[in-house]
Order: sequence, then structure tokens, then C-alpha cells
Amino acid sequence: MHPTKPAAWTNTPDAEEIARRQTVNINIETVSNNISTDYPGHFPGEDVEFTIERFREAFSVNFHQNDQFLSSFSLVGIDASLSNAFRRILLAEIPTLAIENVYIENNTSVIQDEVLAHRLGLIPFKGGREGLHNFLKWHKKPEVGEDPYAGCFDWNTVRLELNVECTVNPDASPAEDDPLKAYNNAHVYAKDLVFVPTGKQEEYFSGENAIMPTNPDILIAKLRPRQSINLAMHMHKGIGSDHAKFSPVATASYRLLPTITITKPILGADAEKFAKCFPKGVIGLEKVTKKEAAKKGSGYEGQEGQAKAVVVDAMKDTVSRECLRHAEFEGKVKLGRRRDHFIFSIESTGQWDSDELFLESVKHMKLKCKKLEQQVINMAR
Amino acid sequence: MPGRTKKQEDPVEDTNMEDAPPSAQPEDVNDENVEEEEEEEEEEEEEVDPQRVKILPGSTDTAASFEFIDEGHTLGNALRYIVMKNPDVEFCAYSIPHPSEPKMNIRIQTYKGTAFDALKKGLSDLQDVCDVVADEFWAKRDAYNGEHGIDR
Repeated sequence: MHPTKPAAWTNTPDAEEIARRQTVNINIETVSNNISTDYPGHFPGEDVEFTIERFREAFSVNFHQNDQFLSSFSLVGIDASLSNAFRRILLAEIPTLAIENVYIENNTSVIQDEVLAHRLGLIPFKGGREGLHNFLKWHKKPEVGEDPYAGCFDWNTVRLELNVECTVNPDASPAEDDPLKAYNNAHVYAKDLVFVPTGKQEEYFSGENAIMPTNPDILIAKLRPRQSINLAMHMHKGIGSDHAKFSPVATASYRLLPTITITKPILGADAEKFAKCFPKGVIGLEKVTKKEAAKKGSGYEGQEGQAKAVVVDAMKDTVSRECLRHAEFEGKVKLGRRRDHFIFSIESTGQWDSDELFLESVKHMKLKCKKLEQQVINMAR
Repeated sequence: MPGRTKKQEDPVEDTNMEDAPPSAQPEDVNDENVEEEEEEEEEEEEEVDPQRVKILPGSTDTAASFEFIDEGHTLGNALRYIVMKNPDVEFCAYSIPHPSEPKMNIRIQTYKGTAFDALKKGLSDLQDVCDVVADEFWAKRDAYNGEHGIDR
């Protein structure tokens, strides 16, 4: 039934075949060759068994950008199922701190209690990393009928308060029609939230490590004189699969590296038009050299000095397929994407550095597998 | 007092705890030890995770389905890929039978060796992959930061 030994004849695919396999074709209306084929038995006589040495050999990372809260890098030589797992973990499984409970004492603003509470929940916060990642632990949701505060401690609950009242600004001229000048506290911003440290939180969250909104100018509510908001909030740790407010990333996404192959020369005015089909910097114009013009069958004969289109940086392409819509480029260009080249872009909301975040997602994945491996072993017993 | 049905007895003076007659229950000699054991048990219960993987009925050694509780596409697809990369595996696929149940099923059929071993190898291969990815990523990150003078 199964091959007891490898076939006596073995295939090694040539460079062209390898390039064909690792390209997803982007055609005018369709995509094709979009399924991974790197499994044992798919191509007879080829050995593509998973070994960690092979993986290490093929895998590489290139950084493009590494700001504190925005990083971009490529993972090359990895399957979509694995890079997608990392992306999914980034979105939904890495814990962060967010407002979970709002205790409203008084709210005479026009914004309803439940809408206000929801808005507060979505505000991203930052704070001391040591405290956020190591000191703060999970909070267990109280059962129905249980004292809701019994499980709240300094190591799992952060208290914030918001007390604002709008008043008429006596210094403003009576004709003033800008509410921000005519009244005090006409706008309530995220920076108005006051962190109230409890117990050991003083140690971890003081000075610039204090818990505060990442973006201080998020508008929470608008008030008019004699309206006020008085409320307290409890923040807990949670994960994105429970609620998107706990997601540590604003976006975490990848795209496959675009490929542009010019199969027949595109010259002169066509070349300029071709370059305009792509974002800036993707296609460049070069002069046809004497050597090229002299070569028969190259398509450059007698075109010395003429402008020709060349691919400068395919990574910048958005794969709009605009070039496929024009008859003059028909049969001269092929668009595609590299199946195993993932350009990640991770934007953090402030509780982690974005490069740390990716590392954390890899650690998460490993821990998950480790726990499940133990479970699988237990299952057999 | 209309509520009272029994004649009120003379108030008996409260007996001292020490003089009180022994309880009808058998007296426990090493009370403290028992309590300690109970505490230990509770702690253990908290630490030991509930069993989240089980083998589904109808499975044989070389063709088995496994049910993972609280796992989804994240692990399902990655595990499917790595198990399929094993040449001993004839077939591997995963499914989430119903979106409102937190369950993920994975089916493994093998040419040789057991499905169980293929699953175990898959999970350990995934851990190796994570190590390689993490090392390479951090090495390149440090190199990039060094080149661009990013100090964090």
C-alpha cells in the first residue's frame, strides 16, 4: 500500500520549476496555483519531509522598519499555516489591560451610561512594562451571587476615576460661541482619567510608568454647563478573543511579496505608460544598451538608446493589476506573489513594543504546543 | 405565648466546652494532618489542567480522530500542515464541527507508525519551529537595531 522504500529514481526540480511552485499567479480576473504543494508524496520521488535542519536552512527574517509601536519585517521560507498562526495569536491571544467595569455614580451628560462605558472600554492604555507583563495577573470573574469585589487585588485590578463637571467660564466674553472657550471642561478627554494606585501598584506604576492612555486626546464625551460625570473604573487583564479591546495590536497583518516579470520588452512611450500603472518606485526606466540591441531575437534589435521598463522594487507594488487592463502590455508581463514570503506589519496599541509582540506570539505558540503535547501523552495513559 | 407547644423547661446552666459529652461522631485524632492534605489536594487541582484532548470513538491505531477542546484554526491549521509534512502520514485534516462549540477535530491516517505518534511528532516539530523562528527573528531584530542606531 505505502511505498516501503523511496523510489529508485528521484526528481530534483530545476530552478524554473521551483520558481513556478513558489509563485501564486495573479491573472486578469483570477488567481491560480494558490495551494501549497510541499508535502511528501505530492511530487513522486521528491523528499520534502519536515526536518528542523531543513526548516532552519530555508527560513530567514528581514527587517524593513522597527519603530517602537510599528514594525515591518519579512518571514521567508515559512508556510502560510504557520505565519497565519502567529498573526492570529497576535490578534486574539496576547493579554493586555483594559477597562472592564465602570461604576457610574453620576452621569448627567447627553451620552448614555452604557455607551459611555463602552467608549471607556475601548481606550488603549500604557504603563510600566514590568508591572503590566509580570506583576499584573488574571482576574477571575466572580460567580453570580458572589461578592463582585472579593476577587479584586492590587495584582489583578487597576482603579481609575473620572470626575468632571462643566462650568461657565467667567473670563470668556458673553459673545463667545466656541464652547471650548466659553465653558470649562466642555470636552472630556482620555487624559482626564485619573489612575488611583493601590497597594504594590505604587512600585510598578509611578512617574512615567503610571497607567495612562496611550493617546491622551481621545474624546470621551462633550458637556455643557451644569452637566457632570462621576465614575470609577476597574481595569482587568483579558485577551482579544474575549473582546477586541484587549487586543494588543491595532493591526497585525501580512501580505505576500508581489512579483512582476516582464517577459517581452516594453519600450519607449509604452514603458512610461507601464511605469504609471504601478505605484512610484516599482518600475524604472533604463536605456537599451548597445549589447542588447545587437542581440538577435531579444526584441531590442535596433532600439539602442530607447527607454525600457525594468522592475526596481516589486515590494512596493500594491498588485492593483492595472497593467493587465491595457492591450499593449498583453503577453508582456506576468504578475504573481511569492507563496512563502510574508511581509508582516505589526502596529502595537502601547502595552508592548511591536517587535516584542511578535516574539511573544511565537512563545505563545510554543507554550500551547508544549501543553498539548503533555495532554496528548496523558490521553494515552 | 401561643406559638409554644412544649412546656418551657428550667434553664440549664451552660456547660463548659471541656465538660461537654463527647460527640457521637468518631473523634479524629490527627485533625490537622487531614486539613493539610485537603489543602494540598486543592492546590494540585488548580495546577493540573483539565484534559483537553481526547481520541474519538471508531479510531484505530493507524487511523484516528482527535478532539481538542478550546483550540481553533490557529493551532488546527498549523498542526495539520506539520503533520502532513511527515512522510509516514497518508492523510491529515482538521475541522471545527460547529462554530459555537469550542472544539477542533483532527484526523490522522498513517502508512506506518500510529496516528498517535504522528500527532505527538507534529506537536514537538511545531515547538522546534517556534524556537527557530524566535531565534532568527530576535537575531535579525538586534542586527537591524544595531545598524540603525535603535536603542531599546
